[in-house]
Amino acid sequence: MAKKASKKAAKKAGGFEVAKTVVKRTAPLDAQDKKTLGLISNTAERVRNTILKQALPELKFPVRSLQNVEYDVKKGYFELGKLRKARALSVNTVRTFAQTLRLMSVSKEMVENDDFATKREAYYVSKNWGEAKFNDQPESDTVLDDIEALASLDGLSREHLRYRPEEHGGSLAGELTVIDRDRTTGQEIRINCARMGTGAYTIPSSVEHLEFETKANFVLAIETGGMFERLNQHNFWRQANCILISMGGVPSRAQRRFIRRLSEEKKLPVYCFVDCDPYGIGNIYRTLKVGSGNAAHINKLFCVPNARFLGVTPQDILDFKLEDATHKLLEVDIKRAKDALKNDPFFQAHKPWAKAFEQLLKMGVRAEQQALAKWGLNFVMEEYLPRKLADPDSFLP
Amino acid sequence: MADHAARVSIPPRAPPNPKYVHPVTSPGLFDRDAAEAPAASASAPKGKAKKAAVVEAEPAAKAPKTAGPRRGANAEQLAERQREISVAEFFTKNRHLLGFDSPLKALLTAIKEAVDNSLDACEEAGILPEVAVEIHATENENRFRIAIEDNGPGIVKDQVGKVFGKLLYGSKFHKLSQTRGQQGIGIAAAGMYGQLTTGKPMLIRSRPGRGKAREFVLSIDTAKNRPEIHREEEVEWSHGSGTRVELELEAKYQKGLRSVDMYLKQTAIANPHLTLHYTDPGAEKVTYERVTKELPPETIEIKPHPHGVELGMLINMLKSTESRTLSGFLQEEFSRVGPKVAKDIIAAAGKGLSEKSYPTRIAREEASALHEAIQKTRISAPSTDCIAPIGEALVLAGLKKEIEADFYASITRPPAVYRGNPFQVEVGIAYGKPGGVGLELTEEGRIKKTKAQIATEDLVAGADEPVRVLRFANRVPLLHQQSACSITKAITQTNWKSYGLQHPRGALPIGPMALLVHIASVWVPFTSESKEAIAAYPEILKEVKLGLQECGRKLGTYIRKGKKLQTEFNKRSFIEKYIPHIGIALQEILDLDNTERDTTVTTLEDVLHRSRKV
Repeated sequence: MAKKASKKAAKKAGGFEVAKTVVKRTAPLDAQDKKTLGLISNTAERVRNTILKQALPELKFPVRSLQNVEYDVKKGYFELGKLRKARALSVNTVRTFAQTLRLMSVSKEMVENDDFATKREAYYVSKNWGEAKFNDQPESDTVLDDIEALASLDGLSREHLRYRPEEHGGSLAGELTVIDRDRTTGQEIRINCARMGTGAYTIPSSVEHLEFETKANFVLAIETGGMFERLNQHNFWRQANCILISMGGVPSRAQRRFIRRLSEEKKLPVYCFVDCDPYGIGNIYRTLKVGSGNAAHINKLFCVPNARFLGVTPQDILDFKLEDATHKLLEVDIKRAKDALKNDPFFQAHKPWAKAFEQLLKMGVRAEQQALAKWGLNFVMEEYLPRKLADPDSFLP
Repeated sequence: MADHAARVSIPPRAPPNPKYVHPVTSPGLFDRDAAEAPAASASAPKGKAKKAAVVEAEPAAKAPKTAGPRRGANAEQLAERQREISVAEFFTKNRHLLGFDSPLKALLTAIKEAVDNSLDACEEAGILPEVAVEIHATENENRFRIAIEDNGPGIVKDQVGKVFGKLLYGSKFHKLSQTRGQQGIGIAAAGMYGQLTTGKPMLIRSRPGRGKAREFVLSIDTAKNRPEIHREEEVEWSHGSGTRVELELEAKYQKGLRSVDMYLKQTAIANPHLTLHYTDPGAEKVTYERVTKELPPETIEIKPHPHGVELGMLINMLKSTESRTLSGFLQEEFSRVGPKVAKDIIAAAGKGLSEKSYPTRIAREEASALHEAIQKTRISAPSTDCIAPIGEALVLAGLKKEIEADFYASITRPPAVYRGNPFQVEVGIAYGKPGGVGLELTEEGRIKKTKAQIATEDLVAGADEPVRVLRFANRVPLLHQQSACSITKAITQTNWKSYGLQHPRGALPIGPMALLVHIASVWVPFTSESKEAIAAYPEILKEVKLGLQECGRKLGTYIRKGKKLQTEFNKRSFIEKYIPHIGIALQEILDLDNTERDTTVTTLEDVLHRSRKV
């Protein structure tokens, strides 16, 4: 964080020395930290040795795309395939090559100092690199994802590298008591998520140390904050004896891990309630259930193989007469749907999904969760959800 | 007309055939003028003015239609007639034809005539030319005093007056050989222009061979077209043989593409055996040193080739020949005609013509048939040893000497023939401002920036300008009427895009380039008497294009290589930009010291350059 502060203060001309090592590590390096540092220095050492042997160095990364993902229904999550891409010193790659090494260096420093950087901060750190700086965040995110994929081969995750995504969503309300600990004293803190008033509990970025107590029947993972608000305000969680979680788009890793633990340790069914469009299904739900193709290396722990798709399904559009509350599928939606059918091993493994996608494409429309408001603002909890929840077996896999 | 001077003082080469006048070689205007002014030349000493005799012989041959009243006229009668049109009057009216249409052009023309003639004279005398050109400003800003001095053979005392003081005194236009001057206009016209505009006489100084130097102050009696020598005396002159002409004229001096400076520079390019000293009006001195001590090979005068003859000319020749038989006529008056070819021609002509037919008796209709027969008959091409090209190596040397560029190419085409006239085309290219792409490949495989050099004159165009065209006819730069010239036409019709240049349709290609085209011929077909543009004969166009293409291919290879080098340089520079960052990252991760870091970076750079191909 000291870095960030100094960055903000830095002036263009003259500028400041980038502050080094302000947060001192208190605890000794743990095994994972040592492994992380080893990975970074091994990578650098290899590059250097190649150079000193008068050869062009290259970095090899797992290919991060659906093409390099294997899906085993029994395992229930995406796994990284064997495809690797090499980044040698060519015109097209040299910049990223340098940036990769520099981000790894930043990572090393953060591990040593027990610090962390959000992806956004990592992007800003690069602004002090002159020529090698990132021009926008997607650029730095891509490089970070590559490093992460590389680390994943050693069983390390982004968290170990000390990079964190921006958190979004993660609001929780319902029949759940979370047992956390005070950061400094280590004293136990019990958080009753049924007693958050008009607010909500927020899933922290690190969830491994949490413990749970719950009597809920299921977890309802909701795409939008708006729908979460509505259900929370009307205490739907009490009515249905469930836990409501707002994902705010594609669920973050912490959310996925949190839900996974609830699903595994508390044997809770997980139902997913998202928009009926290729993004809601193909990205949000699929990522929740089997992890992302992008980060297939860490999916093992960060997915919820038991999750099921409550809605909105293409069939719901017909069943609940939402046809006139739909929008035409956009070009990008159609492309995404076709891509999912063609390349996504998850959808290929589940016939009902292929059918649902085809139905969606045939109708050529998409429906949002909020479309249910056509029949009244509270139609969703008075009619839709109860009707759906009455028959969980009909949920899509 | 220093060339004439030169010719007079040395043994003339094969005497021109005085029996006929080559219609092409005799631009009517001056011809007649010359023809009508035999009085003065008639009085010239026979031996030395052998060429003048040619002029005298002209009227009869020249105008057969009006021959009736004129034919019997004696020299005196002609002389009287001639006074009716004064040369001055003619000259004042027609100065544009002589290249004196503007003060700017007048300056160039005057110098050009003098220099061209000096060169012809030196070459004929076998002397390596060293010419000095001076332009002096005068108190009147519209007047300049010019002086041209050469190391030529000099002019004998008796000839000075006629050479400089008499218009159209000469011989060059009657012979078919490659000389700079073709028409006898020359320095006398310049002198007359000076006289008309400033009223001042010419100052001539000359030392022929071992003789003493003499100085003449002379003007031209414009009414009589004859020299008026005001003063003549022996002078001390620390100069070997040679001639110096000084005259004052109304003129304008300006730099630029059509300036005297440019003309001299181009002359130096096309005449690599010439050393040229130039003093401009600002008293700035430049010397163009010669790069070769070899004179151009002496060229041989040839008889006309049958395929180049026109009907009118044929009729004239028939009338004036001394041959007694048609067969003999064909063999004697033309090149490349032997008994067999003569027989073929005569047989093809029909019309009752036989080998024994008496040439002067042949009627117009028969002559016409004969002319057609000549065109139809296969006759071998004229010999080409009458042409002396500059030569590939010297074109290259000339370009390199005067134009700083990155890439040079030159080509001398084999001789070809248009309308029976042999000619030869040479093309030279100087491409790229000094430095050019500014890159070179070192032995270690690195691409280095070459040292920037100082750009010289504007002979190489800017990168976004049309290329500069340097046109030469018999080594004389052509500075005017570029767009009317077949050389320009050939350039615009060549596909330069395939050689890596931009090329707007129907225009000159774009690029930092000077393009030299030289046409050497015993008779360069100018579009007009002002000798500024070359007529577009298909054969000439074709040859020029072939030459351009040959040079163009070499250029294309060079440009492509340069572009490749540039691209590779850009790529490597891009990569090199990020190598220090790799060094920093490695240093941070591996806790290297600065030396270790720098070694790694330097090694990586080396590896990069060695691993990449150009």
